[in-house]
Amino acid sequence: MTDESMAGFMNSAALDGDDVLVRVENLVKYFPVRTAGFVRRTVGNVQAVDGVSLAIPRGKTLGLVGETGSGKSTLARCVAGLLPVTSGKVTFDGHDITNLSRARMQPFRREIQMIFQDPYGSLNPRRRVGAIIGDPFAIHKTVTGAERKRKVQDLMERVGLNPEHYNRFPAEFSGGQRQRIGVARALALQPKLIICDEPVSALDVSIQAQVLNLLADLQRDFGLTYLFIAHDLEVVRHVSDSVTVMYLGRVAEVGPKQAVYGAPRHPYTAALLSAAPAADPDAAASRQRIILTGDIPSPIDPPSGCRFHPRCPKAQELCSQLEPPLEVKAGDAATHRTACHFPVEAGENLAAEAAARR
Amino acid sequence: MTLLEVENLTVSFNTGDGVVRAVRGVSFAVDPGQTLGVVGESGSGKTVLTQTLLGLTPGATITGKAVFEGTDLLQLSQNQMREVRGARIAVIFQDPLTSLHPLYRVGWQIAEMIRAHEKSVTKKQAADQAVELLGRVGIPHPAQRVNDYPHQFSGGMRQRAMIAMALALSPQMIIADEPTTALDATVQAQILDLLLHLQRESGTALILITHDLGVVADIADNVMVMYAGRAAEKGTKHDIFYQQHHPYTKGLLESIPNSSGAAERLRPIPGMPPSLINLPSGCKFHPRCAYVMDRCVTQEPELQQIRDFSHLSACWLPIGAVGVGSDAERLRAEAVREGRMGAAVTVAETIAASPEVLS
Repeated sequence: MTDESMAGFMNSAALDGDDVLVRVENLVKYFPVRTAGFVRRTVGNVQAVDGVSLAIPRGKTLGLVGETGSGKSTLARCVAGLLPVTSGKVTFDGHDITNLSRARMQPFRREIQMIFQDPYGSLNPRRRVGAIIGDPFAIHKTVTGAERKRKVQDLMERVGLNPEHYNRFPAEFSGGQRQRIGVARALALQPKLIICDEPVSALDVSIQAQVLNLLADLQRDFGLTYLFIAHDLEVVRHVSDSVTVMYLGRVAEVGPKQAVYGAPRHPYTAALLSAAPAADPDAAASRQRIILTGDIPSPIDPPSGCRFHPRCPKAQELCSQLEPPLEVKAGDAATHRTACHFPVEAGENLAAEAAARR
Repeated sequence: MTLLEVENLTVSFNTGDGVVRAVRGVSFAVDPGQTLGVVGESGSGKTVLTQTLLGLTPGATITGKAVFEGTDLLQLSQNQMREVRGARIAVIFQDPLTSLHPLYRVGWQIAEMIRAHEKSVTKKQAADQAVELLGRVGIPHPAQRVNDYPHQFSGGMRQRAMIAMALALSPQMIIADEPTTALDATVQAQILDLLLHLQRESGTALILITHDLGVVADIADNVMVMYAGRAAEKGTKHDIFYQQHHPYTKGLLESIPNSSGAAERLRPIPGMPPSLINLPSGCKFHPRCAYVMDRCVTQEPELQQIRDFSHLSACWLPIGAVGVGSDAERLRAEAVREGRMGAAVTVAETIAASPEVLS
């Protein structure tokens, strides 16, 4: 991290530091790539997350956007303590929880829960729903016996499931209902933070809206904080207070939802927004779509300088040499930061520039 | 001249649990060069519908007609169908990884497909054609990449390879079943752009099956909304997005989070799609419909013309009740007031009365 970006980060930390529940500082997660055979030499690293900082204020939702391979799920797992981090720091509710031992992490596990993408794969098909939702109580030995059953049924009712279906198996529920089971399980120990990793991607639109409304109600009623990961930009816009856009393990742009969606400064954010199909034919017809060339590169051997430069419609010589710091650009709010040497200006026709480069 | 005309197609499957009525009387037409978007949720019958056209639903009980270039596809033998499938009607499936054979080179698979249909083509010619096709769908260095295996391609490139294969024999029609669902947003934009471009170039008709209304808004000309094996509403893209008549279409559009109502609560359709084995009486959408009337419970509505001949909707609400304005809402409210004397109630009301019925 350069001095400049460090200053930018400290600056922002002071600004949104009033009541931060989760703070991630310069987090790095590499997965070593080893040779086959007995010696297993490390020949490289998958640089899944490479120097990411973010802060989530208590009771708010941070949306994390990015494509496959951008490192958003790895980041979430590092925050939840499911993966050890290579370097950097995760602070939860004032405590440093980076790479804690199993025993010392235990109390924090109650407060950080996760909802997974696939409602089919994340529930054990051979266990009854009541047992699945009751697991957190059993593991943390908080509630037992008849009291546990009552609590589980309360939870089921709270997420819109029939409490009488306590003894059913997951296979007897539809996709939307299974996701509600996942939500009930995450809620059981009254966590402070829930990490939602693509919680509605596998659901049909009408069911997706039911689950999103449920998550909003629970946040209001229990003061929950969400780290919300999704690739659907409209869903993220709907649920988030602020948005972080990731590209190939780094933060491209971060800021309040209105700023990032209304006036994106990073060319990648602009391309991502223009690529998302809107259910409005007139808007679709008038929109200038920025078509990028190529795919997201391999995180084993990421491009030099700005990692987006090989696909960027605005890339210049400098971009391949120097990594741009994440900083506030001229005219932006102090909470809106962009990692780009040549940020998008208002009224700029990026679609034409992209088309000219193709 | 219509390219494909489907008339009153029904498809059902006999299973141990009962008869699954996947498609229950669907009619539509596709003109050359046109794009028809077929929209619906899981289990609405959209995939079974198109697979039946291609003879890919063995064991199903099929009635109706599907006339393509003057021949009824449903009457063709396996061998005759094999000549149509791939050559005159091509298919692009959702998952490009499982649609390509992992142990054969991508170029070989495209060449094989050409040679299977055109016996006079030599191996060398087919291989050259594969290179040219890969170049046409925007794969860089096609002459080298043609020798790659599918796992060496990224998701977007695999889908491009599938499109190359679909284009190989210059089909009259392409059926694309969720072609971009497995792809990231920027790659999806690339693929949709490519499909549009190629379609303009070659004048191929396209049937696009998707659950994503955004994709339909982007590239379809006409849209058919399916629910429980039937067309709930059909019309031009503008009819469906701005003048929609069927409450299911309206509900689908309102379920999507959008920029205009970003801070608002979403308005989901209550309940779930019905089981195709045990369908509700009357209109199949009535248990989830906010405008349910007594006749909806007993009588299934047929498609009726709404404003012009291209816009059809299967709903008992008055013809003028289209779109989202206050006038339309007043018309709907009036109709519901008059039409609800008996026991018609919605899922939302039932749940409000007694929450334990949620099953």
